[in-house]
Amino acid sequence: MEIPVVELAGVKKSFGPVDVLKGIDLKVFAGKVTALVGDNGAGKSTLIKGLSGVQPYDEGEVRFNGEIVNIQNPLEASDLGIEVVYQDLALCENLDIVQNMFLGHEVLKTGTLHESEMELQATKALQSLSVRTVKSVRQKVSSLSGGQRQTVAIARSVLREAKLVILDEPTAALGVAQTEQVLNLVRRLADNGVGVIIISHNLGDVFRVADSIAVLYLGRLVAQLDAKETDNAEVVAYITGLKSTDTSAISVEGAI
Amino acid sequence: MSNQVTSLASGHEGTLADQFRAYFLRLRGGEMGSLPAVAATLVLAGIFASLSPFFLTKLNFTNLFVQAAELTMLSAALVFVILLGEIDLAAGVTAGVGMAVFITLIKYQGWPWVPALLAAFATGIVVGWFIGFVVAKIGVPSFVVTLAFFLGFQGMQLVLLGEGGVYRVETPEITAIMNQNIPDWGGWLMIALCGIGTLLFGLWDRSRRAGTGLVNRPVSILFIKVAAILLLGGGAVAVMNQNRSQGVIPISGVPIVVPISIIIIVAFTFLLDRTKFGRHLYAVGGNPEAARRAGIKVARIRIWAFIICAILAVVSGVFHASRIGSVDGSAGHSIVLNGVAAAVVGGVSLFGGRGRLSHAAIGALVITMIDNGLGLLQMPAGANFLITGGVLLLAATLDALARRRSGGSIARV
Repeated sequence: MEIPVVELAGVKKSFGPVDVLKGIDLKVFAGKVTALVGDNGAGKSTLIKGLSGVQPYDEGEVRFNGEIVNIQNPLEASDLGIEVVYQDLALCENLDIVQNMFLGHEVLKTGTLHESEMELQATKALQSLSVRTVKSVRQKVSSLSGGQRQTVAIARSVLREAKLVILDEPTAALGVAQTEQVLNLVRRLADNGVGVIIISHNLGDVFRVADSIAVLYLGRLVAQLDAKETDNAEVVAYITGLKSTDTSAISVEGAI
Repeated sequence: MSNQVTSLASGHEGTLADQFRAYFLRLRGGEMGSLPAVAATLVLAGIFASLSPFFLTKLNFTNLFVQAAELTMLSAALVFVILLGEIDLAAGVTAGVGMAVFITLIKYQGWPWVPALLAAFATGIVVGWFIGFVVAKIGVPSFVVTLAFFLGFQGMQLVLLGEGGVYRVETPEITAIMNQNIPDWGGWLMIALCGIGTLLFGLWDRSRRAGTGLVNRPVSILFIKVAAILLLGGGAVAVMNQNRSQGVIPISGVPIVVPISIIIIVAFTFLLDRTKFGRHLYAVGGNPEAARRAGIKVARIRIWAFIICAILAVVSGVFHASRIGSVDGSAGHSIVLNGVAAAVVGGVSLFGGRGRLSHAAIGALVITMIDNGLGLLQMPAGANFLITGGVLLLAATLDALARRRSGGSIARV
């Protein structure tokens, strides 16, 4: 059987007396898009923050490509190949696309910035995602639309050769056409062999792009469903707690 | 010229005409840089030349550069902190204290001038580090920290120099900077080096791009740039190399301060444009949170910006002492606001993240020209302040409008 890029087992996190994550089991596979859905307060953000090292888990086992890892800070996550694309994107508007994609990881040659090498690699990363919407890779980010900025942020994770990319509400602020572009981008990212976790409130988007849908309800993973074998109504039922499985984690064999 | 490996554009494609079209589009998009300031220098020069017969004389032309040098250096110093969206109101008094240290070490301790000068710079570095530390690590707004230093250091100057103390600078090496000229051939050599340097840098970049397999801009753009430098610079040198004396002893040549300023501006522009530090400085100025998440040590960048600011401020202090030939307790009190004004007039954004050192130089030229021209017209000092203030307000308004235009409306999908 294929080894998941990330496997969580019995992950727990509490803030003081409040148990936010009550033992989560989750598998994310390379080349697949796993959607993480759930109502506000279900624990989506906390789950992600643990994986990205911002707020380490209290208990439980995290396996990365089969090996047990202990992610304590963002740097360790980044070294493993886990990249998070945050909702607010974290781009510098006064810099251009290439400069943003290489920020903090600049390529140097004889002590100076190797602009042409960075430009080439950035362009290749954008091309690997079939991006055609940006006019020039030397455009300032201030002149880009929301969808284009999202594109740059996602392409940056490709550049870092991420094994797992976590997208936090990537389409929340976008219009119809741009949402379409970004979802296509997410699909291609997975098709390139990257494991993708996407957090979204929009079930339409989730069904368009996800292979597997993991539903959180009050700190428990109540279902991990194959996107092809479920429907909107069933997912909503899990999200709202109308339906739940006895085991906290459902077998995901069917989803693969 | 090279094989194109990518399908995405980089802005280097197309003919000369395409490049110019793209440039005008950027201008319309609000990325005007120093263009308004360049236009202002031309307009001001035209106005003053038509009103005062003395404005366009060889002597005044050279004087303009000498007078602007001090402000250019202070303004360049401030660019480093303004790029971060910070301010250093203490830059002027840092220069003043640096010079007070310099002169008291020479007068009272009998130090030779070189170690005394190094001590002045060391003072600047310590001050810059301290301000940077308080701003970056403790989180006190730079406006307040540097205001405190601005007040405190006026006192420090008085303590060091005594009430009403004025000390003559008797170091010929220092006074020569603003008052002596390099030989005629030196001026020509300077311009030739500027041209050759620009050409070599341009060719270096082109070979790097070609080596990677990327498209280059038409080579004619580089030639036009070099030609413009040779033509404008050569013209200026030709004027300065003529006898501009109104007395018996002939005076000619480019003032020593000009090549010194050019070297400093070029070196620090290199730091901003081509090194990791420079890139990170712009990033912190643009979005500190994004810079932090990208792994940049934001506090360290901030502290270094204040240190560099203080170092360049002391350079401007040296220029000042050289020009007036003495050090007194009031040096650097009023120039700092003109320094901020020069940077903003030149096109450096007060919002941080946008601006270059050359902008500071052009802005300093505008401010100096207003001062110089109105002086020649024997206008009252009040007019000078009023007009400088008006120009600053105009420049800051342009900055805010440009920012709104480039940030808001353009959504190219």
